[in-house]
Amino acid sequence: MSESYGKLFKDGLWENNVVFSQMLALCPTMAVTTSGTNGLGMGLATTAVLVVSNILVSMIRHTVSSQVRIPVFVVLIATLVTIVDMAMNAWLHELYKVLGLFIALIVVNCAILGRAEAFAVKNGFVASTIDGLAMGLGFTGALTFIGLIREFLGSGTLFAQASNLLGPSFAFLEMKLPGYGGALLMILPPGGFAILGFLLAGKRVMERRIDERAAQKAELAAA
Amino acid sequence: MKLEAIREKIGYQPLLLGAIALLASAALALASNATGGAIAAAEAKDLRDSLSEVLPQGLADNDFLTDTVDLKKGEKTITIYRARQGGVVKAALFKVAERGYAGDIQVLMAVDTDGKTLGVRVLKHAETPGLGDKIEVKKDKWIKDFDGKSLGDPTPEKWGVKKDSGVFDQFAGATITPRAVVKAVKGGLEFFAAHKAEITG
Repeated sequence: MSESYGKLFKDGLWENNVVFSQMLALCPTMAVTTSGTNGLGMGLATTAVLVVSNILVSMIRHTVSSQVRIPVFVVLIATLVTIVDMAMNAWLHELYKVLGLFIALIVVNCAILGRAEAFAVKNGFVASTIDGLAMGLGFTGALTFIGLIREFLGSGTLFAQASNLLGPSFAFLEMKLPGYGGALLMILPPGGFAILGFLLAGKRVMERRIDERAAQKAELAAA
Repeated sequence: MKLEAIREKIGYQPLLLGAIALLASAALALASNATGGAIAAAEAKDLRDSLSEVLPQGLADNDFLTDTVDLKKGEKTITIYRARQGGVVKAALFKVAERGYAGDIQVLMAVDTDGKTLGVRVLKHAETPGLGDKIEVKKDKWIKDFDGKSLGDPTPEKWGVKKDSGVFDQFAGATITPRAVVKAVKGGLEFFAAHKAEITG
């Protein structure tokens, strides 16, 4: 089985990445990726919800009848998000002030219900946990990456205020480009769309190159 | 009967939904219980931090978070925190809001008993990043221009941004935002002047 678990990770992180391939959850992606720290925080919170929701859904998948499965999943996810919301408000208050508005929106993040429907309801506990983790980390990576690019172009910093999220020991991540005021457009919504568009195009090109190379190899081998 | 057979029965569906809803409520109650104290403490700390920022140090010897009076301003109720020294009210702290370029701008201000502002800070806003957000003290020291101003200084017609022949700077590319803040602070001072007796009494 270990090979297929590896495949789950590859799926979540690259081939079936929530943002770059499934193109789901674009609303939170656009909204929070104004800085790398925000993207990372939102990604981690979503990952937590996604893993627990996948675990719960896979555990009750035999009990839930297919007729009422959607309302059951929605209640589960809404409960989880509310708990994460309260926990962050209580124990990560500084970050909560930045992300507060978006945490509640994890409820309507279609990627979570999507994974429950497409994967957890058909698979066992371990596979669902790994799938949730891989998809969540893929989402976190995508958000952090977009956030870093927008932050760097838009305000000339990297991981600004990361110590609010990860603790003072991570302050070394915070970088500032001296003498660069930043191109405001990149922080605003148009910048988000532009960057996402470039990244999507880039990923397609890379995938095509990889496919072509594999095809060439196969031809050579056949000849 | 097997689970698969029961699962298809019509009576099973409401029972399942009810059970899930019950479990979810229980989990939420537990979580709310566990986090309630910490959330209240964090919010009180936020309020205390922002209040102490507009109030010069050493002006108050009371716990102004608990020394409040609620007054009506139009339809809204405004909570006024009173800073006392030796039992005498020295300053009033309160929040005012004014419509900016994008949504309300919430301003916290401290006014001394002569009607002079001690400090002004923007608590919450949704102005354009990079243009209107210079009203935040983290981004620009513009908001400190209000320190020491009162309704008589500058004169009422000068209470505006420079574009409206007032004394306060506007920002390049953003006039609506500073205009709204000036209006909010002026409104706050007028509100204080109108209710001075109730506040200091």
